[in-house]
Amino acid sequence: MNQNDSCCPPPPAEAAQCSPPVKKAQSVQVCCPPKIETKSCCPPLKNHLRAGYRIESFVKAWTDTAVGEIPIIAPKLNLADYRGRIAMRWGIGRDRYSITPGLYAIGTPDEHSEVLISANYKLSFDALRSSIEGINAWILVIDTKGVNVWCAAGKGTFGTDEIIRCVQMVDLKNLIEHKRLIVPQLGAPGVAAHLVKQGCGFTVIYGPVKASDLPDFFGADMQATVAMRRVGFSLRERTILTPVEITMLRWQILYAALALLLLGGIGRHIFDFAAAWTRGSSAVFTGFVGLLAGSVLTPMLLPWLPGRAFSLKGVWIGLGLALLLSFSLFSGSGLLNQIALLLQVTAISSYTAMNFTGSSTYTSPSGVEKEMRLAIPCQLGAAVLALTLWLWAAF
Amino acid sequence: MQNHEYLKGVATLKLDQNRCIGCGLCATVCPHAVLAVEERLARIIELDRCMECGACVGNCPVAALSVNAGVGCASAIIHSWITGEEPNCDCSGGSSCC
Repeated sequence: MNQNDSCCPPPPAEAAQCSPPVKKAQSVQVCCPPKIETKSCCPPLKNHLRAGYRIESFVKAWTDTAVGEIPIIAPKLNLADYRGRIAMRWGIGRDRYSITPGLYAIGTPDEHSEVLISANYKLSFDALRSSIEGINAWILVIDTKGVNVWCAAGKGTFGTDEIIRCVQMVDLKNLIEHKRLIVPQLGAPGVAAHLVKQGCGFTVIYGPVKASDLPDFFGADMQATVAMRRVGFSLRERTILTPVEITMLRWQILYAALALLLLGGIGRHIFDFAAAWTRGSSAVFTGFVGLLAGSVLTPMLLPWLPGRAFSLKGVWIGLGLALLLSFSLFSGSGLLNQIALLLQVTAISSYTAMNFTGSSTYTSPSGVEKEMRLAIPCQLGAAVLALTLWLWAAF
Repeated sequence: MQNHEYLKGVATLKLDQNRCIGCGLCATVCPHAVLAVEERLARIIELDRCMECGACVGNCPVAALSVNAGVGCASAIIHSWITGEEPNCDCSGGSSCC
């Protein structure tokens, strides 16, 4: 089904793309094969079917080159791509959202076209191809074990050695006449430009941080503006990262909830199922409020919350919501329970907000470690005190 | 773009200007404009913006820069405290957290 989606509609566009070779005599070998595919692009796709393999839905044709047949990919994302992206943001199938490393073509590239390096994380690849519609280029996808460019660069899997290996594996020097590789700027922590040059003879040019700036980057003779070199962290960027913060904690949430339901039953009658339900579920509910405060609201309101440490930013939202709850829903629950509520919600909010440092684009390991050394004892102390007061209140 | 600011005075980035050849690659790769080239030499213009990613250090052809590079991620650091391994982005079974 997907194959039909991606493969059958383009014929008119395909025909238009394939006529230019007349102008450029040299690029005929590189660009001409699609001419055969002009009549219909479907048979060639079928010709590429192999037992045990599946053709990705973003591949729309093949082009014959000096280094073999290279898949031509579609710049437009289809329904399956969007569906995958939403699932990914909720952490579903996160460990296997990768694409096969290797060389791909977009548009009708020839031996003068630029080579863009990308990670084999599908979201990185999708961001790249959907940003450069109308540009003819080669895309060299390196093996980052399905991890995005920046994270993989931090670990070194998006790095000098892997770039050199892939450049040699696809025989890039026999495909193109120039010696340039365009590496995304966020790949730089793993890449040493001078060592890439030493290792395979290609010069690294750092492209903009965002793939969406690539058309402007190419338009400006491959010069990035100051803004293109900066990493931001907009409200939208922060918000799309929040669901996965919760899904990554799903087991801790489940165990904590079960423990609270059990502990809620302890009281004067040793164990009371009705109390387990009323007291336990209240504690689970307030725990969720803390989670929401720290891993959704704090990230969204990040730049406007007082303090620099994330754990402190989380305190304000947690404390605010806890006060609201203790004077509304839980106003009749008694002083001990109310203090326990304030401590519990604030501690959870502070802890989960602190965990958002992992998603942020600007926290340093030295800074995170410094804030953790102060914050974790406070969070732990507040949580233990909250639990003690809450259990005490049952007697 | 909002200006996000993290803890002051903690970044471990150091620059040895005596070695610098003014190629400017450090300023190019820095995602937070911590470095700039002035009078053909690199200079740290805003140390507190440094997130210690290590991009400038690795791309300096004359090793004029140094930093304790790593991931600024609380759960990675907790994981490393418990296991004694280097902090990395592999929280929760190989998935990436950043």
